[in-house]
Amino acid sequence: MMFTPRVTQKIAFGVLLAASLVVLLPVGVVVFVILKNGLGAISWEFLTEMPRSGMREGGILPAIVGTFCLVTGALLFALPLGLFAAIYLSEYAGDNRLNRVIRLAIVNLAGVPSVVFGLFGLALFVNFFRFGASILSGSLTLGVMILPVIITSSREALESVPKSFREVSLSLGATRLQTIKHAVLPHALPGILTGTILGVGRAAGETAPILFTVAAFYLPKLPTSLFDQAMALPYHLYVLSTQVPNVEAKIRYGTALVLLAIVLLMNLTAIAIRSYFRSRKKW
Amino acid sequence: MKRLKEFIVEWAVKASGIVSIVLVALIFFFLLKEGIFLFKTQGAGGFLAGRNWYPISEPPGFGILPLVLGSLLVTFGAALISIPLSVASAVYIAEIAPGWLKEVLKSTIELLAAIPSVVLGFIGMMTVVPWIRSTFHVPTGLTAFAGSVVLAFMAMPTMISIAEDALHSVPRMYKEGAYALGATHWQTIRRVILPAASSGIVAAMMLGIGRVVGETMAVMMVTGNAASMPKGILYPVRTLTATIAAEMGEAVQGSDHYFALFAIGIVLFVMTFMVNMAADLFLHRRRG
Repeated sequence: MMFTPRVTQKIAFGVLLAASLVVLLPVGVVVFVILKNGLGAISWEFLTEMPRSGMREGGILPAIVGTFCLVTGALLFALPLGLFAAIYLSEYAGDNRLNRVIRLAIVNLAGVPSVVFGLFGLALFVNFFRFGASILSGSLTLGVMILPVIITSSREALESVPKSFREVSLSLGATRLQTIKHAVLPHALPGILTGTILGVGRAAGETAPILFTVAAFYLPKLPTSLFDQAMALPYHLYVLSTQVPNVEAKIRYGTALVLLAIVLLMNLTAIAIRSYFRSRKKW
Repeated sequence: MKRLKEFIVEWAVKASGIVSIVLVALIFFFLLKEGIFLFKTQGAGGFLAGRNWYPISEPPGFGILPLVLGSLLVTFGAALISIPLSVASAVYIAEIAPGWLKEVLKSTIELLAAIPSVVLGFIGMMTVVPWIRSTFHVPTGLTAFAGSVVLAFMAMPTMISIAEDALHSVPRMYKEGAYALGATHWQTIRRVILPAASSGIVAAMMLGIGRVVGETMAVMMVTGNAASMPKGILYPVRTLTATIAAEMGEAVQGSDHYFALFAIGIVLFVMTFMVNMAADLFLHRRRG
């Protein structure tokens, strides 16, 4: 039986729509299942107390604090470096061999498996530099991992500033540096901010890079120095769900909820910033 | 003075750019530095083609073939699920969806990309794994198939967003030409737009698969971690990434086991490096 082209099109578009909805399914399932089972676990005590009885009771405060420290450390490393690299690629670099190699390096850095970053951090920061398993080693490892995210998004933000802005500034006698500082960076700021938030969200949720560089299985105290080990939310969730028997499901879901909430809130903020500034963009 | 400042900044930003090259080189160097020791006691052939991974028995076995096959099996399953769905929804988003739905779809896919892999692994353990156990009547739901399902969803955001870019970059004239000849929208998509965007779509699929090969936590949590030769998609397997993550904690620094895990890291690094390079070639061919 043959369909007319119009009917074929209806069927095809229906199938494509169905496929798109299937892609959305896991987001719905994850958010629904975690909210339904995890909301009951959330309380002031859960968020502000130390874990007790081998993590089967009490709260998750050290994991929250640990993740916060790691993310801050990663950002301190990756933001200046990534922003500078993006400025170089967008404002200074021509199309020569060095710059093509830099671009390829960034593409590859973005594709390195997260567990390989963990091995790298173990070999370089933990063993070679003798930082030991510490917040410093973990932050640097995560920083290396989010570097390509920050470079790529900052570069796109810088490159989307129209060329004429630069030309006007230069024609007024401004130097290259002044042009970048006053005519380019302010307009690229929302894009850079968005990319940075996305990078931070990624660092907060990654487990494999911190497995051997910082993460403590069970350490019911807050870190006091850069050289301390620390608990972290994603690793804590992994430990609770695979390594510790007889944990109440509520505690597992509660931990997953806190982690998911942090990461999704960051992403929603990034999306909001982007659409706000996109709607106000004048060029 | 002003000149000097300009000069310093120019060099500082250039140096920051070069850091990326240095980091890639450092990663490879440190993997080699530790991993190379394995090959002093064991040939590369025995490592890559050996069928026994018994890192702590006496005598130990460091053959990674079961792990490579485990990774390939999970990746193959994930590709079968994710490629058709990704292409379909990329076409839908790029060509068909009305404005508001497009925004909703794109934002939600971005959120899917943002969900930490350990959370997806956890939800996979709680939903996909019991479902497989009861549907297929197998003793455990922790199987290669569970890994494929979870990883398929992790690959899709990458695949969809890059494929969508490729579809968007097809020149408008192609589409208008097809319409002028009386083609319907669907005929235009199938016969004109998809072929024109094909190399970009291939690159998108490769990058998604590269992500699947390197994924660690989710796959470790749902595949059952059996480091033996995989028997099928409904049996537990162990991937390359999961082996490193699961065993590095116990490996004594400087032992053969420790070196072997770094050697696995080299294999992973080389695999993803090649996938990324090939995808980059495809992307540039599109532009050319």
